[in-house]
Amino acid sequence: MKPDDILRVAEREAEKQRAYKSRINVCCSSGCLPFGALQVLKAFESAIKEYGLEGECKVSRTGCIGTCSVGPVALIEPGGFLYQNITPENAKEIVKRHIISGEPVKELLYANEAFFKKQYRLVLRNAGRIDPLRIEEYIMVGGYSALIKCLTKMTPKEVIDEVIASGLRGRGGAGFPTGQKWNFVAREKATPKYVIANLDEGDPGVFANRTLAEADPHAIIEGMTIAAYAVGAEKGYIYVRAEYPLAVQTLREALKQAKSMNLVGENILETQFNFDIELRMGAGAFVAGEETGILASIEGRRATPRPRPPYPATSGLWGKPTLIQNVETLANVPLIILNGGNWFAKIGTPKCTGTKCFSLTGKVNNPGLIEVPMGITLREIVFEIGGGVPAGRKFKAVLVGGPSGGCLPESALDLPIDYESLTKAGAIMGSGGIVVIDDESCMVDTAWFFTDFCVDESCGKCVPCRVGLLKMRNILERIMRGEGRLEDLDLLQELGEYVRDVSLCGLGQTAPNPILTTLRYFRDEYIAHIVDKKCPAGKCFRLEAEI
Amino acid sequence: MSSEDRRLQMLERIMREHGYDKSALLEILHMAHELYGYFDKNLLNYISSRLNLPPSHVYGVASFYNLFKFRRPGEHVISACMGTACYVKGVEEIVSAIEREFNIKRGGSSPDGRISLFITRCIGACAMAPNITIDGEVIGRATKEAVLERIRKVLGGGVVEAR
Amino acid sequence: MSGTGVVKLKIDGVEVTANEGETILSAAKRAGIKIPALCYLDGLSSYGGCRLCIVEVKGSPRLFPACTTPVSNGMEVTTDSPKLRKYRKMTIELLLSEKPHICAICIANGNCELQDLAREFGVDHLRVEREWKSQKIDLSHSFLVLDNNRCILCTRCLRVCDEIEGVHALDIKMRGKDSQIIIDIDDDWGSSISCTSCRKCARVCPVGAIYVRDEPISRTKNKDIAQFILLRRRR
Repeated sequence: MKPDDILRVAEREAEKQRAYKSRINVCCSSGCLPFGALQVLKAFESAIKEYGLEGECKVSRTGCIGTCSVGPVALIEPGGFLYQNITPENAKEIVKRHIISGEPVKELLYANEAFFKKQYRLVLRNAGRIDPLRIEEYIMVGGYSALIKCLTKMTPKEVIDEVIASGLRGRGGAGFPTGQKWNFVAREKATPKYVIANLDEGDPGVFANRTLAEADPHAIIEGMTIAAYAVGAEKGYIYVRAEYPLAVQTLREALKQAKSMNLVGENILETQFNFDIELRMGAGAFVAGEETGILASIEGRRATPRPRPPYPATSGLWGKPTLIQNVETLANVPLIILNGGNWFAKIGTPKCTGTKCFSLTGKVNNPGLIEVPMGITLREIVFEIGGGVPAGRKFKAVLVGGPSGGCLPESALDLPIDYESLTKAGAIMGSGGIVVIDDESCMVDTAWFFTDFCVDESCGKCVPCRVGLLKMRNILERIMRGEGRLEDLDLLQELGEYVRDVSLCGLGQTAPNPILTTLRYFRDEYIAHIVDKKCPAGKCFRLEAEI
Repeated sequence: MSSEDRRLQMLERIMREHGYDKSALLEILHMAHELYGYFDKNLLNYISSRLNLPPSHVYGVASFYNLFKFRRPGEHVISACMGTACYVKGVEEIVSAIEREFNIKRGGSSPDGRISLFITRCIGACAMAPNITIDGEVIGRATKEAVLERIRKVLGGGVVEAR
Repeated sequence: MSGTGVVKLKIDGVEVTANEGETILSAAKRAGIKIPALCYLDGLSSYGGCRLCIVEVKGSPRLFPACTTPVSNGMEVTTDSPKLRKYRKMTIELLLSEKPHICAICIANGNCELQDLAREFGVDHLRVEREWKSQKIDLSHSFLVLDNNRCILCTRCLRVCDEIEGVHALDIKMRGKDSQIIIDIDDDWGSSISCTSCRKCARVCPVGAIYVRDEPISRTKNKDIAQFILLRRRR
């Protein structure tokens, strides 16, 4: 296929879609599937058939819209009517009243406007709006035109310059400037070069990358292919957690389609550019998401990280230059190419441009997947988008950045979301998890939970992470049993700083964050456990009580 | 042809597709695990000999990753999501209740081998936390009562529904 | 990684000339500066796991393992500071607390690199709780013993087996706190098909985890064996 052929695909698809007066987008993402999304989809389809509306109304399976707590959900266009808690029974009702009579079924509508008001959907631009399994729909909404622009009008250097101008930073956690990373790989002489799309979203409570892959896989593939063009890579791997079967399936299908349209593979769009993509599955190891861990895993080894330097940009997969990017980072790229780096740089804050996807969960009224501009405050996220904690309970803390993030108190809620502010407060951006904790939870127990997670996920290579973290967890357990001593707090602090400074990789370096931040912001709870032998939230000491 | 031969044939085909490439070990382990449900020493030895990899390397890789099991799982598999959201919403209490009621420990099977209880990493259905999966079916916003009831039903039903 | 260029750097204030691509550890060694290390061994690939050889590099807030970090021109390295000493001491304490190490009943007593370091860093008590749970001892081989109670997971044994002997009979199973040295498919050593009984693993073990039964440890141990074989290879 040539670039013009792709444009014709877009035209043909648009024409086809114009024939429909309305469209019912049923979310069939991992959040809604367990609750009967497929049955709802079928019910919509058979209702449309029953009423003979096949030519007028299109029923489509789409990715996630974000309101995961009220699934199954469906979005009806035109008008953007979002229905919640749909059952096969009321699906028919919706068709009858909304599609035929033109009167939205008010009692089933998602009425919470605040959830969407402060969001800014760039990465999730197509989520819930197109059928992820039909490449034609992605192309219709402008998909792959950024790739065409790169291949026909831009040199690799111009592509990199555009990404540098955008100020885009890695969304996997550390926030390294993306354009600069591309430059490092581009200037390496050794070949072949590789691009890895990191979808090993192992953080508990985080599902942003999975949602993206399930809703808009081609955005990842297009971003990856552009990156490969920019750095001169000819082979790519998408590394997906095996716990995400639907994402794996969706990506596999999307890759097949992209290859059949010559958007991935040899002589892409009849140019000299070759880039092949393969899917690789993880197998349940959080540490495999670490840059050098992912390399080892793709090479078929134990996913133990190794010291850097050498950095993957010089010596990555099989010792060759390798670009590793989180899938969310990659999904931003087509937009930057189409609209220009300067356009992107205006979104967010000057040092932290663009948006960030967050999984908002825990004790909050509107949990779900959100995308917000950088610089928004935690308060806006928790209390406006999230609607605050459920009635009768009190906000206590918010955990930002996954298991190795930090627990921040009320006083930190006015922090703007950006890499530097979060790090300064003791948290991290991580891969974008926000868990709201209310007064029912004990902060010592919460710190224990995350530390225990990291103990389990430590690869065991370096001493601080393998032994240091374990000892920290054991001290917490002693405190929770009522056997703590005040000196334990100093020892926890010392061990925490040691593990943070001496560990080999990012996992160990950030794993003490939950303990260090709870010691900093919720020290009184530790003291209550140690001195008064009491758990303010009534969580700990329970085991003894039961026996 | 016995099912044993068929599985071996499938495994062999996958290895051939990967050109017996040593670096495809993880992919091949995935396939073998899917076919057999768990790893035993014979299976790992076989993979090691076909890929010409040191046996200790194959065992080292297979045992590194949590997803792989080294014991035959029970007839019914219950997995509890221990993601942050599920933990914050009290999945621990449900797990303890299952352990008590069915005389089973997390990571193990009941004495009669009828059920296994596993702890899984975040399955990503956080907005519906806590989540318990019983034989592949996710129960969202799970309560202790509902989960115990469902397990009793699954066990009591005798005949396992064909899926 | 061997470059052709020569670089100049300062280690503890001393000007040192090194080859491009050389590690800080190797450059320091030639300059007569000793950096403590446990997993590192001349002649084997660097592992970077024990974290004892961490050093400070001017201009970076991070600490770098000297055994894997290449030198660069103008680099200023500090190999000893109160902070580094504190951290190294903690590493030794943690290693001693990880397994039920009891020097009095250990074959390597008096010939143990961990014990030497504990003495050097003044570790006279442990602030963290010790682990007393016994681990498996494999006595099935006719003369080699693997005692997991003493293993510090430095992986010298599996590297010497893989890189020098060329066998890879040993590896690690599981991960994190459950990590353990294994032979073949977690078999008993005595029934191993791949082990050649060359005893190099026992020669390089820094502690008493792998040893030759009924042989004085001083005769078994030979830290130079890997380098010796590597340099004299005709290939």
